[in-house]
Amino acid sequence: MELISKQSIREYGKGLALIVILLLVWEGIALLIQNNYILPRLGEILSVLLQPAAPVLGGESLIQNTIQSLKEVLTGFLCAAAVAIPLGLLIGWSKEVQTYLNPTIQILRPVPPIAWMPFAIAWFGIGFNSILFIIGMGAFFPILINTVDGVLGVRLRWIEVAVTFHATTFEKLRTVILPGALPVIWTGLRVSFGVAWMCVVAAEMLPGTTAGLGYLIMYAYNLGQLQVIGAGMIIIGIIGLGADTLFRAGQERLFGWQGRE
Amino acid sequence: MEPVLSIDGIKKTFNDSEKSCPALAGVSFNVAAREIVCIMGPSGCGKSTLLRIIGGLDYADAGRIDQISGKKDGKPSAAMVFQDHALFPWLTVYENIVYGLRLSVQNLPEEEIAKRAESLLELTHLNAFALSYPHQLSGGMKQRASVARALAIKPSILLMDEPFSALDTFTRRELEDEVVRIRQDLKTTFLMVTHNPEEAIYLADRIIILSGRPAVVSDILHIDLLYPRDPADPAFIRIREQVTRMIQGKA
Repeated sequence: MELISKQSIREYGKGLALIVILLLVWEGIALLIQNNYILPRLGEILSVLLQPAAPVLGGESLIQNTIQSLKEVLTGFLCAAAVAIPLGLLIGWSKEVQTYLNPTIQILRPVPPIAWMPFAIAWFGIGFNSILFIIGMGAFFPILINTVDGVLGVRLRWIEVAVTFHATTFEKLRTVILPGALPVIWTGLRVSFGVAWMCVVAAEMLPGTTAGLGYLIMYAYNLGQLQVIGAGMIIIGIIGLGADTLFRAGQERLFGWQGRE
Repeated sequence: MEPVLSIDGIKKTFNDSEKSCPALAGVSFNVAAREIVCIMGPSGCGKSTLLRIIGGLDYADAGRIDQISGKKDGKPSAAMVFQDHALFPWLTVYENIVYGLRLSVQNLPEEEIAKRAESLLELTHLNAFALSYPHQLSGGMKQRASVARALAIKPSILLMDEPFSALDTFTRRELEDEVVRIRQDLKTTFLMVTHNPEEAIYLADRIIILSGRPAVVSDILHIDLLYPRDPADPAFIRIREQVTRMIQGKA
């Protein structure tokens, strides 16, 4: 146990070392060119980050902006999952449904979520609902595709076991298909959360928004406050990393059986 | 004795786009209560197909299957054990064992389920592993859990498709002894497909030998040796030679 933690600390150390080097290079160049509009000093970014509760540029605080973005992304993500998982189970389960839906899905899938923005604004107006729609569009497809793959990957033998015990269709779904596909669905959720997080930032950059990290970055850009942009980017990155770590930890905890059947 | 299972004129042909491939050409036999019957035959003769049809995983083109239920509700119940244990890797051994029970008997009180599971864990020597997951068990233990899962619904007949062929010799003998013991304790009826003559003679009251494709029943052998049987016994060896010759003749 101790060995493992020592090893993982060493690995973290290696990753951290590169970050430190990059920061030093940044700071070195910033010192050389002495221009805050091209490369702000690390100290300036840090001073924004170290006062997370203070109003930034006369608006909301960093914490408030972060909460706003998280609220949007979680809502959009959960809505997408609520539609994509049942639909994915259905498509994976029924060849017929798949034949009908597949062309539509494959055409819609490559469309960047942001391209929906004009429609979103026209349909839902400016604000929360439009952002939700954009995030939902981004989060939807990774979950859907992985759910379908997950169902198709469920071992036939497991389903046969359910059949020998006279399971109904719903019982097969609940006791075999869903748990058997869940590890792959989980991967879809992980990917999807990353996409949703990117979408929220992009969606908030559009006019009419008044809060959120994406909004903050855009607002700071208009005022030429690059140190605020840097701070916003760092928070976005760290939250993305945190979410991914949580999903990975969940994967190991919940699906330790994978690959060891 | 009254048969638990009676199959009559089972026919099955596999059709693909190119050609049709007859597998079973009218297979008929009975299995009596508390009997251990082994099905043998040249490989590819349709043994597994026959078992799958009886277990409801495949359809026969023609023929009748009658299962006489020993149960109060009159529902026939065959349970199946596969060559690969087919346990659900996301469930504990306990939850795997009661899986079929939960499905087949709706709203069974949890204490009742626990009681049944306890006795099956006892029977299959898995008490200490109730909360383990399948990937933490050895091959023999997995297959014992799989047998326990099938026995949990108190099946009128237990269908086993080469259940022990993936196990090493010693584990295999151990599980074969368990089959004999389970029949003694629970009065279970077994119908088992095997390709191993020694296993069939070690276990079976009767061996049903199928011909090559398309299969019909070509011989039925009554094994009258007393349990526990000894593979080194000259009578055992004589029967084994006989069975081997019979199967080789069919290929």
